[in-house]
Amino acid sequence: MTAEIRASETRALRSVARPRVTLWDLRPGLLLAIGYLVLLAVAFVAPDLLAPGDPLAVDPQRSFQPPGGEHLLGTDDSGRDVYTRIVHGARLSLLTGLAATAIATTGGTVVGLIAGLGHRVLEGVIMRLLDITLAVPELLLALVVITLLGGGTSNAIWALGVGGIPYYARMVRAQVHLARRSTYVEAATTLGLTRLTIILRHVLPNSIRPLVVLATIGVGSMIGAGASLSFLGLGAEPPSPEWGAALSIGRNFIANAPWLVIVPAAALTLTVVSITVVGRELRRRSEGRTGR
Amino acid sequence: MRLLKRIGFRLLVGIGVLWGAATLAFAALHLTAGDPALAILGGPDARPTQEVLEQVRREYGLDDPVIVQYLHYLGRVATGDLGQSYVLRVPVLDAIGEQIWSTAQLALIAATTAILLALTIALLTARRRPWLRSLVSGVEVVLAATPTFVIGFALLIVFSFTLRLFPIGGNSGPSSVVLPALTLALSVVGTLSQVLRNELEEVLEQPFILTARTRGMRDASVRVLHALRHAVIPTVTMSGFLVAALLGGSVITETLFARQGLGTLLLNAVYAKDVPVVLGVVILSAGVYVVINLAVDIAYSLIDPRVVTA
Repeated sequence: MTAEIRASETRALRSVARPRVTLWDLRPGLLLAIGYLVLLAVAFVAPDLLAPGDPLAVDPQRSFQPPGGEHLLGTDDSGRDVYTRIVHGARLSLLTGLAATAIATTGGTVVGLIAGLGHRVLEGVIMRLLDITLAVPELLLALVVITLLGGGTSNAIWALGVGGIPYYARMVRAQVHLARRSTYVEAATTLGLTRLTIILRHVLPNSIRPLVVLATIGVGSMIGAGASLSFLGLGAEPPSPEWGAALSIGRNFIANAPWLVIVPAAALTLTVVSITVVGRELRRRSEGRTGR
Repeated sequence: MRLLKRIGFRLLVGIGVLWGAATLAFAALHLTAGDPALAILGGPDARPTQEVLEQVRREYGLDDPVIVQYLHYLGRVATGDLGQSYVLRVPVLDAIGEQIWSTAQLALIAATTAILLALTIALLTARRRPWLRSLVSGVEVVLAATPTFVIGFALLIVFSFTLRLFPIGGNSGPSSVVLPALTLALSVVGTLSQVLRNELEEVLEQPFILTARTRGMRDASVRVLHALRHAVIPTVTMSGFLVAALLGGSVITETLFARQGLGTLLLNAVYAKDVPVVLGVVILSAGVYVVINLAVDIAYSLIDPRVVTA
């Protein structure tokens, strides 16, 4: 018991004495995740820095070369360099996740604000609609949108984005309710600020702050979902170097050339896991708990 | 009496959700899918004559005002008629009925495996040594973040191609269900056991646990007999997540393992723009969600009577 009290004391002291994040506070898993994300960022902005080749260059003479030789991660069924394709595929995969999350959070914020600030009847209607979409898995919602719009990268992004709106909308609405009942809004009202000013300056920023952190984690799962859609043949299409599309092709050769599956799967998993790890750390810090 | 009232209310809410889902489905069917008559005849490639088009419109009631069509649609859905598949030429309900058992079996095995695994992990690791907890929670984070089809690929490469223990796919025999079910189970177990352990750790700090310990109870009995029951109650709410994850995951898993089932049916319908089948599966999944929620709510009130009186 006393040991526990002492531990929490030191923890409290430490957080007061050293509010800055030092390198020591970062854990190895977190460092690895950040390192991987930095690499990804480079691949996103300037893929040629990491892999100068052409991701679509075909060389039938050198198909199915295993990793380790002249080609670092081997070649695929048409002799394309797997490493080059993975690096160049990063942009598409990341873009899908970022764009879908942007659509989901923007839509969610608008719907959540309307529900949280609007008339009770309007709020009731919106919430019931959200309840209905909640009864349908996100992937199924995305598939409905794709059935209506057709496949392809941009439609897949819209499908995922729209599918994600209910989740964020519920969260924003709950935050708006919290903000409305808060003392700072009461103070602002007493000071005579207009409703619009209060909404823009106080309610909106405070309602979306927790959303930002959760959206970070959301980007990770959206990247995974985007790759899943491509894997199902409903997103980016081969020979695009997008990871999901690469997996859907690699799948046919899994018995003889497993690296065509393992490499993109590893790139994808590392991405989602890294983003999740960093996002969880951000959430922990935003909730005021550091270290562990 | 209170319980009955609560169930009745829940039932009404559930019917409301289904009504909403059917309405959205109707809107999707009529606002965006182009000319339904053309779709029924096989899409724009079919080049039907004007007379044939008119005939189809008359037969399917597509001439009626939208509100009449809507009421007809609701009436049909209420009696279990989800329309006719454009592509398969059979009622949607029959197409679903043919496939549902394979998926239900898969989902049930996966759910059971996932829950048992999560319970075991949580019971073994809650309030244990820090290194063990961070190791396990690291694995959980990785599992929860890994896309379902990547888990499936990993299992395929290890158990089918390297160890040759299980077939790579198909619906033949009990061994073919092992890997798909395990894939689905692993895709949800990370999240489940995280939540469960957090609950368990909170319960283990309660005074009644200390009481049990001072009575001389062994640690294992305290965990299983006292703590578990209280930890499970909040996690029952996770069943919504579980159902959604299993339904969504079955699309991926069935494709990966070339299994027959609802997921394959849905995906083929998406490829072929067979809107009635897609919407039928969506309405069905909303129905499953409603039923599960209702069941959970009743179970909740039975486990924890405070819910009803509150």
